[in-house]
Amino acid sequence: MTADKGTRLSALFWAFTRIGLLGFGGGPAMIPLIQQEVVKRHAWLDDDEFADILAIGNTLPGPIATKMPGYIGYRVAGIAGCAAAVIAVILPMILAMVALLGIFTRYQDVAWIRGMGQAVVPVVMVMMAQLTLDFWNKSRLALGWIVSLIMASVAGVLIYVLGIHPGWIIGGLLAAALLRPTSPGKEASR
Amino acid sequence: MIYWELFLAFFIPNIIGYGGGPAIIPLIEAEVVGRYGWMGAQQFAETLALGNALPSPIATKMAGYVGYDVAGAGGALAAVFATVVPSLLLMLGALGLLYRHRDSPRVKRMSQWVRPVIAMMMAWLTWSFLSEGLDSAGWVHTVLIGAVAAIALMRFRTHPAFVVLAALIYGGLFLG
Repeated sequence: MTADKGTRLSALFWAFTRIGLLGFGGGPAMIPLIQQEVVKRHAWLDDDEFADILAIGNTLPGPIATKMPGYIGYRVAGIAGCAAAVIAVILPMILAMVALLGIFTRYQDVAWIRGMGQAVVPVVMVMMAQLTLDFWNKSRLALGWIVSLIMASVAGVLIYVLGIHPGWIIGGLLAAALLRPTSPGKEASR
Repeated sequence: MIYWELFLAFFIPNIIGYGGGPAIIPLIEAEVVGRYGWMGAQQFAETLALGNALPSPIATKMAGYVGYDVAGAGGALAAVFATVVPSLLLMLGALGLLYRHRDSPRVKRMSQWVRPVIAMMMAWLTWSFLSEGLDSAGWVHTVLIGAVAAIALMRFRTHPAFVVLAALIYGGLFLG
């Protein structure tokens, strides 16, 4: 019994370590890797269950790449399994971040290292512009560009001109989306 | 207390961050740079650049590093805990309820309604990185690096890790 649980825990740990190390491109990019390990390799879930867990995970906030490992780990080996799976996915790269940025910060006064830090800012700017465009396009497709533009402008004024914390605005929108009744005609047209 | 502030700074973005994985980035920036001032735009950009170049989820990498930078290992633990545990507990605790509502139009609407706000915050962040770049690297380097990065990322779909690496090399050689 304990040996069996130990085996399952170590299988979970190594499966999710592989997923964490190979999961380039952030959480959503890791989903196929999780499916590969969990459904195909270890058969902890079948395809339908996996799709359900993914759909449920998407109804909740927070990173998908920790909710899925946490839930799957819990199903396979209880609380310990949950912890093993989550730690395996996130810990190696947190340590890498701390180590690499620690070295970087330490030698910040060296001119060429400072130059490296400066050169990365325009790259991050382009990545952020890309994300802006991506979110804008998704928003435009779902809500239309007029509604999207009005919502974005109003939010911009509230957050950056009036200094209201974005949490209030987004929290308010989430509550409204959840509580406001849906009109049947609109649903059918979507 | 610093651990409580770190908890809140990561709990709030992760509990309202609907609309896709990267949605939390501008929300985290609003807390870490805007509200608490733990980092400047430059350091946040460096953290984000490395975070984008490494595998595994961006939210936990940002939380782990910012937490560690602000308050050591305990800080990293508080920030990562706030990122992972609340939504995971909801998932484990309310699975049946969530299962019934997984295709609900209201749930879909949540992501849809939040997206324009996130897009606005991302645009603002883009702008702040641009002005940071102009301040520190100067406009010639900013335009040059930005243009090459845009072509590589959008036209040739180069992996972000290689683009970041190329910028690091360029910066080490020409910006020192």
